[in-house]
Amino acid sequence: MSAEPNVRTLTINGEEISARSDQTILEAAREHNIAIPTLCHLEGLSEVGACRLCLVEVKGARRLLPACVTQVAEGMEVTTHNAKIDRYRTMILELFFAERNHVCSVCVANGNCELQSLSLQLGMTHVEIPYQYPQLPVDASHPRFTVDHNRCVLCTRCVRVCAEIEGANTWGVMGRGGQSLVITDLKQPWGDSETCTSCGKCVQVCPTGALFEKGRAGSKVRKHPEFLPYLRIMREGEQP
Amino acid sequence: MNAEELEQIAEAAHAERAKFDYEVNVCMGTGCLSQHSDKVKAAIEKEAAGCGKKCHVRRTGCMGLCAAGPMVLMEPSEMRYGHVHEGDAKEVIASLGGEPVARLDPHLGGYFDGQNHVVLENSGHIDPEKIEEYIARGGYEALVKALTDMNPASVIEQISKSGLRGRGGGGYPTGLKWDTVAKVKGAQKYVICNGDEGDPGAFMDRSVLESDPQRVIEGMAIAAYAIGATKGYIYVRAEYPLAVQRLTVALQQARRRGFLGNGICETTFSFDIDIRLGAGAFVCGEETALIASIEGKRGTPRPRPPYPAVSGLWGDPTLINNVETFANVPPIIRNGGEWFSSMGTARSKGTKVFALTGKIQRTGLVEVPMGMTLRQIIFGIGGGVPDGRKFKAVQTGGPSGGCLPEEHLDLSISYDALISAGSMMGSGGMIVMDDTSCMVSVARFFMEFCMTESCGKCVPCRAGTVQMYELLSKICAGEATHRDLNQLVELCEVVGATSLCGLGQTAPNPVLSTLRYFKHEYLAHIDEKRCPAGVCELSPAAVEVHA
Repeated sequence: MSAEPNVRTLTINGEEISARSDQTILEAAREHNIAIPTLCHLEGLSEVGACRLCLVEVKGARRLLPACVTQVAEGMEVTTHNAKIDRYRTMILELFFAERNHVCSVCVANGNCELQSLSLQLGMTHVEIPYQYPQLPVDASHPRFTVDHNRCVLCTRCVRVCAEIEGANTWGVMGRGGQSLVITDLKQPWGDSETCTSCGKCVQVCPTGALFEKGRAGSKVRKHPEFLPYLRIMREGEQP
Repeated sequence: MNAEELEQIAEAAHAERAKFDYEVNVCMGTGCLSQHSDKVKAAIEKEAAGCGKKCHVRRTGCMGLCAAGPMVLMEPSEMRYGHVHEGDAKEVIASLGGEPVARLDPHLGGYFDGQNHVVLENSGHIDPEKIEEYIARGGYEALVKALTDMNPASVIEQISKSGLRGRGGGGYPTGLKWDTVAKVKGAQKYVICNGDEGDPGAFMDRSVLESDPQRVIEGMAIAAYAIGATKGYIYVRAEYPLAVQRLTVALQQARRRGFLGNGICETTFSFDIDIRLGAGAFVCGEETALIASIEGKRGTPRPRPPYPAVSGLWGDPTLINNVETFANVPPIIRNGGEWFSSMGTARSKGTKVFALTGKIQRTGLVEVPMGMTLRQIIFGIGGGVPDGRKFKAVQTGGPSGGCLPEEHLDLSISYDALISAGSMMGSGGMIVMDDTSCMVSVARFFMEFCMTESCGKCVPCRAGTVQMYELLSKICAGEATHRDLNQLVELCEVVGATSLCGLGQTAPNPVLSTLRYFKHEYLAHIDEKRCPAGVCELSPAAVEVHA
């Protein structure tokens, strides 16, 4: 029998809250309705700390810390929003937009896109950083789904859900730096993938219009990533 | 293996040496080999065979002054020759016991004055593929001493007392790191040696591995004993084939002599080491990325904590240190921590190996006590800038470091002094630049390096380095405005503050340090549309508009 998790008391933006010792700052904050923006995080998947949008200030820490992977501690003083953090977050969003071809008006996810929502939420009205306009492929070889690399933010949710939940390990990342791409198998066309089970989980967790179901577009495409925690809980219940 | 047997091996090696009156050491490090020192050695051997003198020709590792390669060192006279070629073999052998060949004087100047060889004590003196020669110079004494006379806690105490700090760049106190891993409970622990030296212009670790591989193995074994590890990995870049080959031979010999394996030195301590080859990614020098790479995964860093000390290789407690750090361990255990801490400055102890490159008379490897000034290294040891040109800047710390101008030449080298001057120690690359270098284009070079070496995991580094590189290119082309410069500064701040690992966090440093000391060069490109050093090709359109 493991002992009950201990309770930790910490302050977030001056508000005193309590959290279980095994919780992260992000989990504790969300339980208390304190908003911290995230993009690569998704409840039910492992954390990678890659999007850097959830960076928060912790008193005494030398650097900003990602809330999604930082455990709470007794007496911790967290600041989730201030002028500096907000400026950093806006610039990170701009970097996302400028990196590939995120043109909302012609995107299948317009209106249902997490990147778009984040920019509204954080008040990013325009992009000052020069757009890169890379020439990236679109792979529509799969009978039901399409991957459009122009919209990909490399959050690796698809890679994680495929490995951790579906167990197929179809998705992976190739290349380095700005040349990175998510790929199926060993960069075969998605339609030729021998490991893909066509379960569609990757499409449901994709925050943008990079992965989408064919034949549906615009406001009709609501994704449902909320199935993940339930799936996790159900599976854990089945464990002997 | 015990102290007596070690003594016997050393005596046998001494007896072997005593058979000869003269020894001719030929450098067979990568630098000299590129100048065909293997042919030089063969020619000298042929000449020695028929000369009637009792002469032994030996292959050794780096002798330091790479600019004068191929280098030859005569013992016992300690006479050095430089630029020795096949045709010089006859004269080299003839000069043994007689007048030196003036023509082959390598013009050492003050190259060895003020140097203090601790890590490089055997480099150039022993055959790296003969463990007996290492033992004859006091090798493995420290391991035997640690295993038979000391307990793990007292080993760590000596390392802490020595004040040794990580030589890979971060400068984390080594004793503290060892102590942390030792205190973490775990049935299986690992020791990893980081030999993924990737900074442009740095070749210290390569040289140590090529010249004295046993020293690194001994250091790792002592570390494993101190923290309770049984398995080690040396992660070397595949771009260092000679280092890998010599390490492989060294590991075989260490196993055969019983310094690795089960029940080392008749104790219950068991430890063995495997080599893992890096596939060329700079980011794999970051410890969590290196661990992922050893595990067979994509070499990308992960957020810390948990630190490798708690959860490292395959989730087990792992000690990870740099090649030079491990190379410092045997002499510390042999001579005691206090001996080591008597060298250096208040907070940076011991010596540091630097790779002197760029616009400098005497390119090569130097080992100096901490606290020496940049001026002493560059002008005293290195002989200053060649061709009568003017010194402009010295770049330390690779792509994470910065460029220091002339007014900082009297800075005495320590971890903290370099950081406060806007650069860093890094792994020890030291690139000297003269007035023909454009500092904006230098910053652009390092940014291009960071951009292509970014792993692509976190967005500030992946996309931010691309944007900074393009802004720097724009400045170089004379097409930038003050708004671009402001954006560059802002990007530097955001990328430095928000990136996941050290690569991104320090990627802006070359820009920030050149902006701090050479802002006028940036402004000349922007306002006057000219490159003061005459390096950048300004776009004709930009120049025309300005005119």
